[in-house]
Amino acid sequence: MSDKTEQTPMPRPGFGPRPGGSGPGRGFGPGGGHFMMGSGAKARDFKGSLKRLGTMLKPQALRIAIVIVLAAASVALSVAAPKVIGKATNVIFEGVVGKQMPAGVDKAQVVQMLRAKGQDRLADMLSAMDVKPGQGIDFDRLGRVLATVAALYLLSALFQWGQGYLMAGVSQRVVYDMRARVDEKLARLPLKYFDDHPRGDILSRVTNDIDNIAQTLQQAMTQLITAMLTIIGVLAMMFSISWILALISLLTVPLSVIVTIAIAKRSQVQFSRQWERIGALNGHVEEMHTGHAIVKVFGRQKEAIERFDELNEQVYDASFKAQFISGIIQPSMNFINKLNYVAICVIGGVRVANGTLTLGDVQAFIQYSQQFTQPIVQTASIANVLQSTVASAERVFELLDEPEETPDPAEPVKLREVRGRVEFDRVSFRYVPDKPLIEDLSLTVEPGHTVAIVGPTGAGKTTLVNLLMRFYDVDAGAIRIDGVDIRDMARDDLRRVFGMVLQDTWLFGGTIRENIAYGKEGATEEEIIAAAEAAHVDHFVRTLPDGYDTRIDDDAANISQGERQLLTIARAFLADPEILILDEATSSVDTRTEVLIQRAMAKLMKNRTSFVIAHRLSTVRNAETIIVMDNGRIVEQGNHEELMARGGFYHDLYVSQFERAYEEAI
Amino acid sequence: MRRLARFLKPYWKQIVLVVALLVVQAIANLYLPDLNANIINDGIAKGDVDYILRTGGFMLGVTLLLGIVSVIAVYFGSKTAMAFGRDVRSAVFRAVEGFSAAELNRFGTASLITRNTNDVQQVQMLVVLGLNIMILAPVMAVGGVIMALRQDVKLSGLLLVVIPLMGVVIGIALSKALPLFRQVQAKTDRINQVVREYLSGVRVIRAFVRTSHEQKRFEQANADLTQTALKVQRLFASVMPAMMVIFNLTTVAILFFGARRVDVGSMQIGNLTAFLAYMMQILISVMMAVLMFVMVPRAAASAERIVEVLETEPSVRDPETPAPESGVCGYVEFQQVGFRYPGAEHPVLCDVTFSASPGEVTAIVGSTGSGKSTLINLIPRFYDVTEGRVLVDCVDVRDVPREKLWAKIGFVPQKAFLFSGTVADNLRFGKPDATDEELWHALEVAQAREFVEAMPQGLDTPIAQGGVSVSGGQRQRLAIARALVKRPDVYVFDDSFSALDFKTDAKLRRALRHETKDATVIIVAQRVSTIMDADRIVVLDRGRVVGIGTHAELLDTCETYREIVESQLTLEEIA
Repeated sequence: MSDKTEQTPMPRPGFGPRPGGSGPGRGFGPGGGHFMMGSGAKARDFKGSLKRLGTMLKPQALRIAIVIVLAAASVALSVAAPKVIGKATNVIFEGVVGKQMPAGVDKAQVVQMLRAKGQDRLADMLSAMDVKPGQGIDFDRLGRVLATVAALYLLSALFQWGQGYLMAGVSQRVVYDMRARVDEKLARLPLKYFDDHPRGDILSRVTNDIDNIAQTLQQAMTQLITAMLTIIGVLAMMFSISWILALISLLTVPLSVIVTIAIAKRSQVQFSRQWERIGALNGHVEEMHTGHAIVKVFGRQKEAIERFDELNEQVYDASFKAQFISGIIQPSMNFINKLNYVAICVIGGVRVANGTLTLGDVQAFIQYSQQFTQPIVQTASIANVLQSTVASAERVFELLDEPEETPDPAEPVKLREVRGRVEFDRVSFRYVPDKPLIEDLSLTVEPGHTVAIVGPTGAGKTTLVNLLMRFYDVDAGAIRIDGVDIRDMARDDLRRVFGMVLQDTWLFGGTIRENIAYGKEGATEEEIIAAAEAAHVDHFVRTLPDGYDTRIDDDAANISQGERQLLTIARAFLADPEILILDEATSSVDTRTEVLIQRAMAKLMKNRTSFVIAHRLSTVRNAETIIVMDNGRIVEQGNHEELMARGGFYHDLYVSQFERAYEEAI
Repeated sequence: MRRLARFLKPYWKQIVLVVALLVVQAIANLYLPDLNANIINDGIAKGDVDYILRTGGFMLGVTLLLGIVSVIAVYFGSKTAMAFGRDVRSAVFRAVEGFSAAELNRFGTASLITRNTNDVQQVQMLVVLGLNIMILAPVMAVGGVIMALRQDVKLSGLLLVVIPLMGVVIGIALSKALPLFRQVQAKTDRINQVVREYLSGVRVIRAFVRTSHEQKRFEQANADLTQTALKVQRLFASVMPAMMVIFNLTTVAILFFGARRVDVGSMQIGNLTAFLAYMMQILISVMMAVLMFVMVPRAAASAERIVEVLETEPSVRDPETPAPESGVCGYVEFQQVGFRYPGAEHPVLCDVTFSASPGEVTAIVGSTGSGKSTLINLIPRFYDVTEGRVLVDCVDVRDVPREKLWAKIGFVPQKAFLFSGTVADNLRFGKPDATDEELWHALEVAQAREFVEAMPQGLDTPIAQGGVSVSGGQRQRLAIARALVKRPDVYVFDDSFSALDFKTDAKLRRALRHETKDATVIIVAQRVSTIMDADRIVVLDRGRVVGIGTHAELLDTCETYREIVESQLTLEEIA
C-alpha cells in the first residue's frame, strides 16, 4: 500500500495551456507539457535553494558560457534580420514608386513637381527615398539584401542548434550527477531514515523531483537565456528605428504582463484545485476498487457511487473553470497586440508620410513589436516553472543533507576466526528518546547456541536484530562478538558474520540464480545449486520451465510465499555465515512447503549461533535462551524450564500459544 | 474511439455552437492580414492618416469580436470536454461497481484505476483540443490557402514546395523521436525499479553487504537513461532550428519572387505583406495540426482501454425474478459445487457438498491452492458456481437479489482492507446507525478494544487509506470487529487470523464463539489450532473434499488432515 504513490503518480498541479501563444516549434514532445504544469508547491527557502542549484551547475560553467555566447549570437542575428527585410521592402517600394515616375527625370525634379502641386506630404516621403525615376525594382540589390537575410537566418539557426546541442549535454550531466549523488547518499543513510520516511516519499525525491529539475534545465534554461537576450536585442532595434514608436510599444508591456498575471493567477488557483480534486477522486476510486468485495458485502455500493458522483462533479467544476480562465489569456493578449499594432501603424504612417521613416522601417518595427511580447510572457511562465523546480531541488537537497551513519572506525578490528560468542553488556536502546525500550539488557550467547525471541504480535522482536546488525546503534552499553565491540568493527565486516532470513522475503527483479547468488559475490554455479539443494528448493526450481533462469517478477506472482522463503534460505546457505538471524513464518504457507522450510532452517542452524524470532514450539523448547518481549521491552529471559517454573508472562504465553494445541493434537 | 462518441451526444448543441464559433474565428483571423494590407497600401503608402485610423479602428473592432468569439468558444468547448470526461468517468466507475470478482481480477485493480483516471484524462484532453485547435487549424490552413490564392495564384505555388518539405522534416523527427520516447520511459521505469528495490530491501542489502553491487546497478541504469535522454534532447535541439529555417527562408523566397510580381504590376506591395501573413498562418496551422494529430493514436489506445471496461458484461447478475424468501436464517449449503475459471484446464473446485447451520462453526482447511478461498467466495457470489449450487437459507444464491444476500453475510477477507476515515467510520461500514456501545462491544470481542483505547482519539482516530497506519494484526482485528458490528446471520472468515499471534488468536476465538452462538460461522484457516474446536472441519485437497468431521474424527480417518496437523504441531520429530 505504501507503494501507492509510486504506481499512480499524481500529475503535478498545472498552469494550463501556455499563455501568450507560442512561437512555432517550441517545446512540443514529451517535455512540452512541462510548461503546462508549473507547480503549486512552493520552496521554503527559494533563494538559498536556487543558489545551491546554481552551484550544481558550476562544473559545467565553461559549457554554459559557450551556450550563452551561442545564444547571444543566434539572437543577435535573428533580431537583425527583420531590419534587413525592411530594407528589402524598401527596395521593392522604391522600385514601385520609381516606375510610376517618368524616366529621365531626376528625383529632385519630381519632388519639386510634387511640391508645386501642393502634395507636400508625398514630396517629403519621396525625398527620403532612394528612388530612380523610371526604373523598376532593382533586383540585383534586392537579391543581395535577401541573400544577407537568408545568411542571417541560417547562421542564427546554426547557432541555435549548437546551443541546444550543448545544453542537452549540460543538463543531462547535471542530472546524472544529481542522481548519482542521491544514490550514494542513500547508501550512507542510517536505517532509521528508511524506517521513518514513507517509501513513496523517498522514491519520489529520487525520481519525480529529479525529473522535474531535468526538464527545467533542458527547456527552461535555454528558453530563459534566449528570451532575455531577445528582449534586449529587440528593444535595441526598436529604439534604433524610432524611439517614439519604441516607447509606445513599451507601454503595452506592463499592460500585457498585468493582464497575463491577473488571469494566470486565477487559473492557477483553479488548476491546483483541479489537481487536488482529481487526487481526491483517484483516491476514492482506488479505495473502492481495492475494497470492492467489502463495499459490496457491506451494502455500501450506493454510498460509494454517490460519493464518486460528488467528487466527480467537483473535478468537473474545477477543471472546466481552469480551462476556461486560462483560455482567456490568448484572446486578451491578441487584443493588446492589435492595439499596439494600430498605434504603430497610425504614428508610423504619419512619419512615413512626412518622410522621417521609411515603409520598410515601419514594417520591421511591426515585426519587432510582435517578437517582443512573446519572450516577456515566456519569461513570466518560466518564473512560474522555476518555483516548482526549486521546490523539487529543495526536496532533493533535504535528502542530501540528512545526517549520515557514523563512519566506521579508522582502524577497524577484524575478526579472524569467528567463534560466534555474542554478548549483550548492559545494553540500553530507544527508538524515540522518551520511550524506553531496552533497558540494561545483559545476555551471553555461547557459540552454537540458539536464542529464541518470543512475544505477542508487535512486541518489537526485530529490535534486537536491528541492534545486532548495527542497523541501529545502542544508546548505552555494548554488544560484543567474540569479545570485540561491534562498533569497533567495520559495518560490512560485521554484517558478513551474519546471515539473515526474514519473513519479509526480499527478492529483486532478476533470475532465480541471481537471487540466490546474492548471498555471495562471485558464487559459482555449483555453489548456487548446492545451496538450493540444501534449502530443498532445487527440485522446485527445476520444475519451472526456465529453471534457474526463471525471472522473478516485480511482485513475484509466479512464486508462492513459501517458495520465496526457501530461496532466501538458499541465499543464506550460500553466504555461509557464522551467526544466523531467522524469522519463522506465521503467514500462509502451505503444509508441504512449511515442512521443507522447517527442515532447511534446522539444517542451517546446526553449529551456528542463531537468533530466531520464533513461532514454533520446537524452536522454543530447544533454544538455550528464550527472550520474552512485550510492548517492545524484554520482560523475561531464561530457558524453557526456568521460565515455565517462574509462571510469568512466558508461562501464560506458552500455555495459550503452544501447549493446549500440542496436547489436544496428540 | 467512436464508441466513446456517444458520450458527446448530449452536448451536440454546444458542439455545433463551438464549431460555428471556430469557423467565425478562423474567418476573422484570415481577414486581419487583409486589413493590414489595406493599411499599408492605402494608408501608410499614401500617407492617409484618416484612413489608417478608420481601418485601424475597424481592425480593433474585429479583434475584439474575435476575442469574444474565442472566449465563448473556449467556454463551451471546455465545458463540453470536461462534462464528457465526467460522464465517461462516471460510466466507468458504475461499470466496475457492477463487476464481479472475475472481471475485477481479469483487469486488475491497478489497471482499472488507471483506466478511470489517466486514460479518461487522455481522451478528455483530446476532446479539449478537438474542440479547439484540431478544428481551427485545418480551417485556418484551408482558409489561408484560399486567401493566398486570391492574392496571387502563382506565388502560392511556393506552398507546394514548403509544405511537403515541412512534412518530411516533422515526419523524420517524429519517426526518430517516438521510439526514443518509449525508450526513455522504459529506462526511467528501470531506475524507479532499482530504487524501489533498494528501499524495500535495504535491510537485506546491507545484511549481505551488497550496497556497492546495488550502486553499480543504479549507476548502469542512470548512465543508460542519461544517454538515451541525451539523444532525445539533441534531436529536439535540431528540430526547432530546422523549422525556423523553413519558416524564415519561406519569407525570403516570398519577398524575392513576390518582388517580381510587384514589378510587373500583378501585385500590390501591401498585398505582399498580406501574402506573407497568410503563408505563415498556413504553415503554423499545418504544423499545429500535425502535432495535434500525433496525440490521436495515444488517445485512441486510451479510448480502447476505456471501452473495454464499459463493454464488459458482468458475469454475475441479479435474477430477473427473485425467488421468495424461505423464512429461515443462517443456513448455508453446498450441493455438488464445482468451479472452474474460464478457459482453465482443471477445475478449482469439484463436487463439494456440505452444509452449515446456525450455531455451528464450519472450518475449511487445506494447503495453498486447494480452493479454500474460492469456495467461500461463492457464498457472496463474488463468483458464480459452474456446477451444482450454493444455497443460503435454502434458496440458490443466484435466485436472490445480491443486496439481500449480502445483507445476511459478514465477510472478513484475507487481506484486511480498511477505508480512509475514522476507526468508527470503518466499524459502522455495515451498520451506519450502530451506537458507540455496539462498536466497543465488537472491538472487545475482536480483541481490539485495548489498542483502540490506547489510540490518541479512540474511535475517532483517523485511519489512512488501506489501513496502513495500523499494524497487520490490528487491521485484521478491526476488520473482524467491522463484521461483528453488522450482526449478520452468516460469518465468513477467510484466513482472517493469520497476522495474529497464537495468544490473541486463542482469546479472540473464545470471545467469538460466544458472540456468534446463534450465527453460522465459516472459517478458512491455515493454522490447525485456529479451527480445532470447530463443529465441522472440511478438508480440501486439490479442490475436492477429502474429509469432513471433527478434529478427533479426522485425525483417525483423514490422512491429509493428519499430515497438516503433524506439520504444524510436532516438529521435533520432523526436524
